[in-house]
Parts: sequence; structure tokens; C-alpha cells
Amino acid sequence: MRTGLIAKKLGMSRIFQADGTHVPVTVLSVEGLQVVNVKTAEKDGYNAVQLGTGAVKSKNVSKPLKGYFAKAKVEPKKKLWEFRVSEDCLLSAGSELSVEHFVAGQYVDVCATSNGKGFAGVMKRHNFAGLEASHGVSISHRSHGSTGQRQDPGKVFKGKKMAGHMGAERVTVQNLKVVSVDSARGLIMVKGGVPGCENTWVRITDAVKKPATVALPMPAGLKKVDEPVAAKVETPAENAE
Amino acid sequence: MNIIENIEKEQIEKLMEGKNMPTFKPGDTLRVHTKVKEGDRERIQIYEGVCIARKNDGLNSSFTVRKISFGEGVERVFPLYSPNVAKIEVSRVGKVRRAKLYFLRALRGRSARIADDLSVSVKEVNTPNSK
Repeated sequence: MRTGLIAKKLGMSRIFQADGTHVPVTVLSVEGLQVVNVKTAEKDGYNAVQLGTGAVKSKNVSKPLKGYFAKAKVEPKKKLWEFRVSEDCLLSAGSELSVEHFVAGQYVDVCATSNGKGFAGVMKRHNFAGLEASHGVSISHRSHGSTGQRQDPGKVFKGKKMAGHMGAERVTVQNLKVVSVDSARGLIMVKGGVPGCENTWVRITDAVKKPATVALPMPAGLKKVDEPVAAKVETPAENAE
Repeated sequence: MNIIENIEKEQIEKLMEGKNMPTFKPGDTLRVHTKVKEGDRERIQIYEGVCIARKNDGLNSSFTVRKISFGEGVERVFPLYSPNVAKIEVSRVGKVRRAKLYFLRALRGRSARIADDLSVSVKEVNTPNSK
């Protein structure tokens, strides 16, 4: 299992293809994405890499956190996220990842915080049909109906769908196709929509439910300019100490 | 947004390579050459009608062409930069005073005609680069 990437959602666009069709795409940007920490089975009980991205002003970083970043010899980052990986996909701290981690044609899962909708009624929140427009319905056209039975069981069951807060939760969209990868600008274009507003952080990982049919870079797609870092990756187990 | 605008601009340039886009506006009569796929063969089909609206939105720009086909009004929306639109020809330049000619939907026959703009020549409109 490879690591994923942290990206920023820039917005949506479309790509016209030579055969005349066009694909709606979400543009995701990856910039300054580095490995901040590596967790190994013998030390932490599980294998994972912690990635960080986004520039942050040093006055806004607490001293303990500064020390944490200094240990990995990386600049302080705005967003940290951990990705579970298999042992052969562990990376060394400080190495920088590139968008070439993903290949056009493969499928990915994208995870982000969805747009908040506030306090929403059942029609919007749970796709209830509401009540009738007439036939004696009064004032409650968009309400839910009955919430239970009679004196037995005499309570509303737990998990009953009702009005309440909607959105602003972690949502994963599965099996989005990678349409193109622009390594010069650090952009990934995936087909279709991605949860959340523009400039939101998203997690991109290999699709869990669709095995890749194209060759993926192993253990990860690292920035090519950093030759020494790429060489170090050959022996990730030693660097993880 | 800037990055997306750049990407779209580059794509427009790539799509418009070798294409000559006339400067047309609502009210003009257009001949739109569209690529039609039949099995694995491709041919050009011409759709002729009055442009009743244009949407200017970068790569997402489109235009609507209305015609009366066998007594029934037909409207088609073409993406301006679609590779399926092989060529756009202006056959008549119309003189209209609004940007969206949706009022034509309610009109038929003589009242649905648009006066020609005699101050502009069709040739000039079809070759915008020669200005």
C-alpha cells in the first residue's frame, strides 16, 4: 500500500479531448509536500508516513512544533496528515513528493471536508419526500412524518433520521479517474467533483476498490531533482530509525 | 483561480490552432460545421440557423443556434471551443438591439425575421484576422 498525497483543491474546469468529448475535471495542486515523520511497526506499532504541506509563517508555529519539524529537517508546514503504508512503501523523512506519484488513467479516492449546510431539514438532509401539498396538511409541508410506533416500544429508536446539522464532515469520493498530471505546475486533474470548497485540503490515495491497470511508481513518486534523497529511499528501513 | 485560468487559456490556444473563428454576435445567421461520428466514419454536417445567444465564459463559452426544422423550432447549444465544431461560417449579419434573442421563440414566419446589418460585410466578419 502506497502513501497518498495532500493536495489543495483549486476548482473545476473541463478538458476537451481529440475525439470531441469533454471531461469535467477538478484541479488539485500539490506543492512543497514533504515527509515530516515516519512511523514504523517496531517503534509505533504500525507503518505510516506523516506528510506536511503548505507554507506557514514561523511566528505562527509553536516552539514544540518547530522542534518537531527541525527534527525532520523540513520547513514548518500548515497541514499535516498521516497515511498508513505497507512496510516496503515507507519513505525517509524530509523527502519531497511530486504529483507524478499518480499516473493518468489510474483511479483514486479523494477525501475532504464537505461544504457545511448548517441546520438542514429532513428533505435536504435525508431526501425525505415531505408531506403533501394539500389534503389537510397544515404548515408542515417539508417536515418528516411519524417517528415511531405506539406505547410499545414507546420511544424513538436511536439513529432515526431527523433534521440536524448537515455537511462539514469528512467525505470520501471513491474511484475518480486521474485525467492528467502536470508535473511542471504540480497539478493533478481528476474526473468529476471533489468534496469541499476551493482552497480546501484534500487527501488523494490509490483507489481501494479498483486495482491499478497502469504501472505506478514504487514506493512513491518523489521529486526527481533531489537525486540524493531518491537514492536514500532505496533503503527506507534504515532511515526510519 | 489564476492557475485554472492559465490552463484554460492554454487549452483554448491549442484548440484554436489552425481554426479561423469569425466575429459573430446574436442575430447573425450561422452555418456551423459539426463533426458527426457514424460507426468509425466521421463526416461533417452543417447546421444552419440564427444565433440567438452567446455565453462568454473562457473555455466554457458557448453559443445557441435556432432554426425551424420541418415546422418545428430547434435550438442547439454548441461549446465554442469544442473540437466537434469544425468551422463556423457567418452567412448573414443581423441587426439586433439585444444580446439574447429569446423573444424569437414566440414568433413565427415573417415576424421572426431579423433585418440585415448593411453596414457590415459578411466577408469581413468571416475573416477577422485580416483587419
